[in-house]
Amino acid sequence: MKHLLGTQDMSRADATLILDTTAQMAATQEREIRKLPTLRGRTVVNLFFEDSTRTRISFEAAAKRLSADVINFSAKGSSLSKGESLKDTALTLQAMGADAVVIRHWASGAADRLAHSGWMHGAVLNAGDGTHQHPTQALLDAFTMRRHLVDSPEGKGLDGLTVAIVGDVLHSRVAGSNIALLKTLGANVVVVAPPTLLPFGMASRTDISVHYTLDSALEAHDLDAIMMLRVQRERMTGGGSGFFPSPEEYTRLFGLDRARMDRMPDHAIILHPGPMNRGLEISAEAADSPRSVIVEQVSNGVAVRMAALYLLLSGEEAPSE
Amino acid sequence: MSDTAAIVIENASLYGDTTADLVIVDGRIASLDRADAPAGARTLDASGLVALPGLVDIHTHLREPGREDAETIETGSRSAAQGGFVAIHAMANTTPTADTAGVVELVASRGREVGLVDVFPVGAVTVGLEGTQLSEMGAMANSRAQVRMFSDDGKCVHDPVLMRRALEYVKTFDGVIAQHAQDPRLTEGAQMHEGLVSAELGLAGWPAVAEESIIARDVLLAGHVGSRLHVCHLSTAGSVDIIRWAKAKGIDVTAEVMPHHLLLTDESVRGYDPRFKVNPPLRTQEDVDAVRAGLADGTIDVVATDHAPHPDEDKDCEWGAAAMGMIGLETALGIVQKTMVDTGALSWRDVARVMSTTPASIGRDAEHGRPLEVGEPANITLVDPAAAWTVEPSATASRSNNSPFGGIELPGRAVATFLRGRPTYLDVSFEGAFA
Amino acid sequence: MTGTILGAPDIGRALTRIAHEILERNEGPESLVLLGIPTRGVPLAQRLAERIAEVEPSFDAHARCGSLDITMYRDDLRSQPTRSIGPTTLPSVGIDDATVVLVDDVLHTGRTIRAALDAIKDEGRPTAVQLAVLVDRGHRELPIRADFVGKNIPTSRSERVHVRLAETDGEDAVTLTGGRA
Repeated sequence: MKHLLGTQDMSRADATLILDTTAQMAATQEREIRKLPTLRGRTVVNLFFEDSTRTRISFEAAAKRLSADVINFSAKGSSLSKGESLKDTALTLQAMGADAVVIRHWASGAADRLAHSGWMHGAVLNAGDGTHQHPTQALLDAFTMRRHLVDSPEGKGLDGLTVAIVGDVLHSRVAGSNIALLKTLGANVVVVAPPTLLPFGMASRTDISVHYTLDSALEAHDLDAIMMLRVQRERMTGGGSGFFPSPEEYTRLFGLDRARMDRMPDHAIILHPGPMNRGLEISAEAADSPRSVIVEQVSNGVAVRMAALYLLLSGEEAPSE
Repeated sequence: MSDTAAIVIENASLYGDTTADLVIVDGRIASLDRADAPAGARTLDASGLVALPGLVDIHTHLREPGREDAETIETGSRSAAQGGFVAIHAMANTTPTADTAGVVELVASRGREVGLVDVFPVGAVTVGLEGTQLSEMGAMANSRAQVRMFSDDGKCVHDPVLMRRALEYVKTFDGVIAQHAQDPRLTEGAQMHEGLVSAELGLAGWPAVAEESIIARDVLLAGHVGSRLHVCHLSTAGSVDIIRWAKAKGIDVTAEVMPHHLLLTDESVRGYDPRFKVNPPLRTQEDVDAVRAGLADGTIDVVATDHAPHPDEDKDCEWGAAAMGMIGLETALGIVQKTMVDTGALSWRDVARVMSTTPASIGRDAEHGRPLEVGEPANITLVDPAAAWTVEPSATASRSNNSPFGGIELPGRAVATFLRGRPTYLDVSFEGAFA
Repeated sequence: MTGTILGAPDIGRALTRIAHEILERNEGPESLVLLGIPTRGVPLAQRLAERIAEVEPSFDAHARCGSLDITMYRDDLRSQPTRSIGPTTLPSVGIDDATVVLVDDVLHTGRTIRAALDAIKDEGRPTAVQLAVLVDRGHRELPIRADFVGKNIPTSRSERVHVRLAETDGEDAVTLTGGRA
């Protein structure tokens, strides 16, 4: 592995290796001394063109626990106000000797572009690009599901499990990465969203089961896991551009509450990438129930990012492209 | 080399079907037999070459005035001549906008100074391309630039009332409105064709219906008010169907297709290389097949380039930040040969129609698109249909090199261009030919 | 010298001797724990623990034996293809205030043991750390020596020592290959 850009082209072998490595990393995080000397002397840059404190500190913790030097580079500049170009930023990082760049960017494809443009040599980890991919989130979700739902998980995928993804699939890079990875790992994917929030063509895919209400999905499937996506406030309204009529209607059709939670099998777990809108896509009862693994997702996030950094940075330097 | 010296082009294949000589005297075709050549005429052996009426592009962006870092009238003219063009229509989205007689006269006169192609300015339909107030189209029509084509290209004339008024108003001077058909609300933030690839890449979609709905509205408007409408850069299968229907109804509509829409699909976007970012976007293979068929059966009238130069910094960046558009003057003919002639869909005579005669007629360029006959202006393009070449974007005469065709092999190209008898481009293989 | 250096009976005798030496040196098994270094140090540690338990039935071989993966402490990660990380399983009694006997198959440059010492330091604070190896082939690059050695095998740098164990390779044998012909 030279870069971690997305889950679409990730082989099952690579995905399983990352999950197995994550398990070892997670084990070290239960010790008193959690720091490892593995990446001493390596420099990891967190390059964030978009604010995301959660993801940044997760990567920062992961890099620091592996003893890498961490530089946080918050590049101002959005789709509206173009600041320093990605290219100039990349040249700067190359000059600083960045061994890996963790990039969060508002533009879909920015991580691919950084990895393949020839602007810099280091490894690129995609920490979310536009509405495209967020691979470490999908990997941490898969790791969390495997840990809870698969016996002696080492070396295994998620074969035969049924996982529902509920909400704004259209704009969600988390959903994009999760759907691809879940399919690779052998899970059955159920997508639940209003038709306005589905990507083009998804409703006619035969390898995914699509439902337009949560109730019909719960009726049709025995879910092993349910993943509630965050509803972005700006999607709700907007002078005729709202994707659904009102938050109340969204909650009625797609919210996970006590009654819906009780319709899932006893072993089923609840995931959410955070931050949650309590009372909108998920009720407090569901979020705080014993089925909820939402807090554990956060700690697994650090372990999965440690695994990714280890696998990208520890081996021989890959021949440059 | 004197501009007025007589030239004899020997053994050319006129329209690819009749072998003849072209004797050029005083900028006109004086004879089709070299025996009539005046003493001292220079000769050029055109054996194996196809002679076409000089190509006319009705959709070019020259960027001057305003963005001379991307292209100037001089570099754009040179690139056009190299691509076999003798006339180009320069779109109005410059800075300042070509929405007054002053700006269009400036562009036209700068074009004449450069003298490599005839530069016909396109006037803006609305002031500043803002879509709110008609520009003084009459003044532009009556200026020395004699503007006949009006377009807000880059933006759609979205307001239906304004579009109706524009269609009606230009009847005064036999003008035409060239519409950039794009519903702005359906394409807010659009980055590429809306389809399976955009869903996978997480790029905001530009749905075909955003083009088709405007074309449908505009052909109905044009029919209703009895005006002439031209549809810019048609790109979808549905658009072809609408134009076909409109023509069957007798509506006075013409349509153009771009070389890139004849060759490339949205699959090219997968690498997020912004050289493939263009508006309207690259569509699907189904659309490519439909526009080729539409061009072959005459539903689509012309091939135009939409040559859109951008400096490196607007393309050497992430997709979302990149500018839309691609250069295309030098590759257009080769792509038409590759996609239409070599596939048997068009003859060279058809190429003359879609790249010279009809575009000149739409733009009301009286001296262009004329047949290769005695007495006609010597605006001639010589094509070597066997000169296969690999596109190297940096080798272009354009100031910008944002071509998506780098590395693609094209079967042929223009090797000589004559504007009123004067060679404006000669391939290196002709070096010394006039010695 | 090429070919089989130690056969199965040789390996068995060497391990029995080391088990006795460990008990003698530490005056009994009370505070002993064994940590094998993956891959082949782990079954060797288990075998030593079983032999110690045979001599001292109070010694719980299962509870006092573990594995210590040192991959993340290596100093040569950049010069090798990416290594997958093995499990670290500490003995259930823990390693604080214990005497840890590190067990590996071959002692060579000493760098693996250096990494193991760093790894132990992050896992707890033993009273003492000792080292047992099946083969010492020389060529040390660090000031490290083994407390218990099955067999000293003088080698040239270009030779390779292969330890094969029934648990991992289907048979017990130590062989030597390569070297300047």
